[in-house]
Amino acid sequence: MEQRLGLEASIAIAEVVCRCDVDIVAAYPITPQTHVVEHLSELVADGELDAAFVPVESEHSAMSVCCGTAAVGARTFTSTAAQGLALMHEILFIASALRLPIVMAVANRSLSGPISIWNDHSDVMTERDVGWVQIFAENAQEAADLTIWSFRLAEDRRVSLPVMVNFDGFILTHTIEPMLMPDKEMVQAFLPPWEPLLKLDVDEPISMGPVGIPDIYTETKQVQQHLLTQAYGPIVETLNEFAQHFKRTYKPIETYRSDDAEVLLCTMGALSETAMEVVDRRRKQGQKVGLVRIRLWRPFPFEDLYRAVGNVPVLGVMDRAISFGGPVGPVASEIKAAFYHREQRPKIVEFIAGLGGRDVPLSDFGRMFDSLYTTGETGKIPAPTIIGLRE
Amino acid sequence: MATQSAKPKWTELAVGTAITVPGSARQNRTGDWRSSRPIWNHEECIRCGVCVIFCPEGCIHFDQDQPGYPSADLEYCKGCGICAHECPTACITTQEEEE
Repeated sequence: MEQRLGLEASIAIAEVVCRCDVDIVAAYPITPQTHVVEHLSELVADGELDAAFVPVESEHSAMSVCCGTAAVGARTFTSTAAQGLALMHEILFIASALRLPIVMAVANRSLSGPISIWNDHSDVMTERDVGWVQIFAENAQEAADLTIWSFRLAEDRRVSLPVMVNFDGFILTHTIEPMLMPDKEMVQAFLPPWEPLLKLDVDEPISMGPVGIPDIYTETKQVQQHLLTQAYGPIVETLNEFAQHFKRTYKPIETYRSDDAEVLLCTMGALSETAMEVVDRRRKQGQKVGLVRIRLWRPFPFEDLYRAVGNVPVLGVMDRAISFGGPVGPVASEIKAAFYHREQRPKIVEFIAGLGGRDVPLSDFGRMFDSLYTTGETGKIPAPTIIGLRE
Repeated sequence: MATQSAKPKWTELAVGTAITVPGSARQNRTGDWRSSRPIWNHEECIRCGVCVIFCPEGCIHFDQDQPGYPSADLEYCKGCGICAHECPTACITTQEEEE
């Protein structure tokens, strides 16, 4: 059974985490994630969620506690944002290397400095290479659904890896949206009890996290590369099972009116919904524009991307972060790399938008589509453009 | 480190590179990077046991090489020289390892 409710994505995530019957929540409050852990704390205090809520003194400790609890076989959830995610940095690698299926909701926020509590993707882009499955939600429904799914995937014995659910700060965390909230029976029918591959147990002692001498470290990295890449199969499979169970379909790469498009724009996260509105308006005006929306960021779904982009001559990529002194847009640089060896590849135009909570209105997407048409007509690829920059 | 075989392939590692066999530390002979070893002069040794107490590895024992005298278990001795430094009769010298 599902109930139609108006909820913030933050509260929606906390409510589904409760229905997933987690054993441990270890978290430190940080804007804009705060409502997630506040509400989970209430659910535990009110006796609705039979779990330990560990109010740690920092995010470094939060992720460390999560590693410990997942290592003993406890279903573990945490949530953070920006500086909090950065403070977890070194432990994130350990969680994935030890195959600990922690689920973490990241309320994407820009990194300081200057201090900014607002939304962009600089926090998660800095954590691309930590060996976690990373997925993006576009609205409250998706944030809740993908959180439920994350436990299922993380605990899949073929995967057994931590999963990061990214949902944009404020745009999703603090916005009340209509959504369908499944009840506990429905969630638990999709999410069986976790049977760990390996756990700390006094009756059968093992050591987790020992030293990896030069003779072994290389092999451990190949294991991680293999596992995360191979997780693609179980990801698609479990997303399909989710669709059968909940009647809502999610794909590694989503498209919007892309089939006959003359130009495509690639987006990720909540701003994709604004972009879809602009696509509809441009289509009414006769311009065949479309979207490619990256949902699964790690493992990167290369084949899905190739299929989604097809033979379109011009592809724009909107980044929400900057790789300073490097290739500028982190998503664009990966997409360029993905197409480098392909004979059929589009001209790729880079846009940076929505840094530190800067609004990206419909008109900004209009400018991006105009730029893509200009590239198509002139054949000239402009330098990466920061949309809305005062100069 | 994994202990199943000396140099496992990447497909042979335990989940999360965990150590699944208790007591595996005994398989690691940690003295192989020692650059010098302690030598006891038995004519000056008074068998007080100070070297046994001060050894940070706990690898100096009586009656290993010669009855009544202490010596270092070279499978674990790191050659730190603390025994030589603490010896009240200065009967311990350190000898550089050849290889």
